[in-house]
Amino acid sequence: MPSPSTTKNEVAAANESPQPITTMSVLAPALGWLIPGAGHLIQKRWIRGLLLMGSIVTMFILGLLMQGRVYQPNGGDILDILGFVGDIGAGALYILAQAVGWGHGAISHATADYGTKYLIVAGLLNFISTADAYHIAIGKKP
Amino acid sequence: MILALSHFSAALLFSVFASIVFGITQRSTSREQIRYGLYCFVMFVGGVFVAGWVMWILRR
Repeated sequence: MPSPSTTKNEVAAANESPQPITTMSVLAPALGWLIPGAGHLIQKRWIRGLLLMGSIVTMFILGLLMQGRVYQPNGGDILDILGFVGDIGAGALYILAQAVGWGHGAISHATADYGTKYLIVAGLLNFISTADAYHIAIGKKP
Repeated sequence: MILALSHFSAALLFSVFASIVFGITQRSTSREQIRYGLYCFVMFVGGVFVAGWVMWILRR
């Protein structure tokens, strides 16, 4: 049985060594970005995947229902560009919202700004979820 | 359909969803994920109350 220090060193060495590129290590993050939670589902992490999907999709839909603003790719202003970077994290949800024209209406109540934040954070959370799917794919996380 | 939430309920829903994602992505085992998710939720909601009281003090 290896000593705890040996095991620790082996894990550290494994984390530092370059990981081989596998189909799953490319497919999982790509799919996870496009469809929130799908990167986990494709790796048979059913509960994690469904929870991530439920949380991110619900957050995005709530953001739209709260009249949040969906940022355009060519905003010009630096804050608009940052907003776009956050929004694009939601993958297909953002593409769908742009295609249908959601998130561009006139704002009629004070808390609509929360909707904009919901949309951005849904995208940013999906970026974290995508990175997690990648870590599972390369064996860095169980 | 337009959803007009109060500031508190919007912050509470935000906390729930963000905590779920943080819990799942930042820890490895199921037990740790649940614990960390709950910790994040408590911190979020606690932060809302602290910020609320700070604003109340500043307003006086």
